[in-house]
Amino acid sequence: MATFFGEVLSVYSRAVEEEDEDFVENEEDEEIRRELEKKREVNLLWNPEISQLLASGNKLQCSDFFLAVGHNAASFLSAYVLSSSNWDAVGRASVWNERSRAVAGQSSEESACVFYRHKDIPSVLICRVTCYIAEDQLFQWTEKVFDCVQHRGLNVTVLSDSSVADYKTENYLSSSSAPFLRSLHTAAFSDQPVCQSLEQPNIVTGLPAAVLNHCQVHCIAAAVYQCYSDVIGPDSVTMETYMPVLTKLGKVMQLDQPPTTDVLRKFVRTTDIQSNLYI
Amino acid sequence: MFVSSQDSPPVFKDFTLVMPAVSVGNVGQLAVDLIVSTLNMRRVGYMHTDCLIPMAGNNPYSSCKEDAEELHTPAEVYTAAEMKLAVLQIRAPIIQTRTKRFRQQLVSWIKASGFSRTMVLSSSHAYQRDDLQLQGSPLRFLVTPSLLGVSADALKELGWREMERTPAFPGLTDAEAEPRLCIPGGGITKGLYSDSCAEDLRLAVLLLFCSEGDNIPDAFALVNHLNDWLHLLDNQDQEPNSRWKIPTSWSLLFGSGIPPALF
Repeated sequence: MATFFGEVLSVYSRAVEEEDEDFVENEEDEEIRRELEKKREVNLLWNPEISQLLASGNKLQCSDFFLAVGHNAASFLSAYVLSSSNWDAVGRASVWNERSRAVAGQSSEESACVFYRHKDIPSVLICRVTCYIAEDQLFQWTEKVFDCVQHRGLNVTVLSDSSVADYKTENYLSSSSAPFLRSLHTAAFSDQPVCQSLEQPNIVTGLPAAVLNHCQVHCIAAAVYQCYSDVIGPDSVTMETYMPVLTKLGKVMQLDQPPTTDVLRKFVRTTDIQSNLYI
Repeated sequence: MFVSSQDSPPVFKDFTLVMPAVSVGNVGQLAVDLIVSTLNMRRVGYMHTDCLIPMAGNNPYSSCKEDAEELHTPAEVYTAAEMKLAVLQIRAPIIQTRTKRFRQQLVSWIKASGFSRTMVLSSSHAYQRDDLQLQGSPLRFLVTPSLLGVSADALKELGWREMERTPAFPGLTDAEAEPRLCIPGGGITKGLYSDSCAEDLRLAVLLLFCSEGDNIPDAFALVNHLNDWLHLLDNQDQEPNSRWKIPTSWSLLFGSGIPPALF
């Protein structure tokens, strides 16, 4: 496309990226592509007990699966639920993509997705996801995880962080309204959501969407609680926005005393200074 | 790939399938939205595939509070059984490395379902038109040989322009380089058309030259064009665009409301 000043700009489409359909791959290219695809595969690593159970053709008995996607959602579950000593880490998912990098001070265990099971109520599973799962890995992650779990009577709850910049509303939202929760649920979900439903034309993407798609198609009761916050990183106020979900958690297990604000602040990652531009 | 959402699987034999290609301006998808919304079509199933980027949202065609909280997925099939019409709506981009597989899945499903014909609504970059294409109607069509066999008369009556083949190397008078089909910005349109020719499917492509921007008028143009052939809506006396019902999801297409403090 030529502009008024004579330079030529390439025009981008929102919908499609140009692909070279006539591109013929030689063997070396194909091998590189295969290796890359293999590296990008999602791998689930369970503890020996569960690995044996799955290997014998059985599935994990699960009545309630809580999934936290994002730092605030994950920290909320850590502070309010996983802080008691009633949980065993039973597995993790290893996911590699272009955004994976070793974060200084964090072991790979922390950065990957970790699965926890309640010691006294083994049918309750929690998963914390703080790493980035790429678009082409979302479906695979969901299929592999749900393949391990039995579906009958399963209830899935997803807590997900999102930016208020992605929330579309006719009346401009002042900064005082964020953070807030919105919900989406599958047809099989017969309970009452703890907050307002997500209004048109907003949508959910990423891992929560992949889980919702799977559950909708397979008639599993699932609800996503998306928290829209104006703070990018971990933040105690954003974490507290998930409090209404405690009523759902409380129905399934005994919860400890809610943590104090000081305890919450501890979960907020302190000064990971990558840029001091806005300090 | 296709998973029914009903108790018994739907029957598509002899139905006409209308589907969009994810293409420039999302025109095909917008046009399909108009069809589903106006004809009040019923969802009968999902295309559950790893080839699309996941997304989820509430009912984009909701007309009242009762049906607002219904979850919808990236690719769904709707029908209007009395019109023998089925519509596949695709709401998410196709993952770059999986376009070929997605086309294969579509072709298999179309074959297995027994559709009498398939209409693909698509678009192409307006800025890549040549001198001749700049004049006249921006609408073009393509049709596979097997559909041409049964619809030649209808197409002749409509008087549409077939999508031109472009020379492989413009300006070079190379006898070897045959003019070939090129649909820039059309996503999987060209691939799907070629696959359908090879598989002897009855498929037509209706496309529009357009650019990114407010593509609602383009969507109306494309859907009215389709209606000229399929006669989905018959009230000819009404103004063409007012016959179509705009879905509730078509709001805030260019972002949220403006902060009053800005002024």
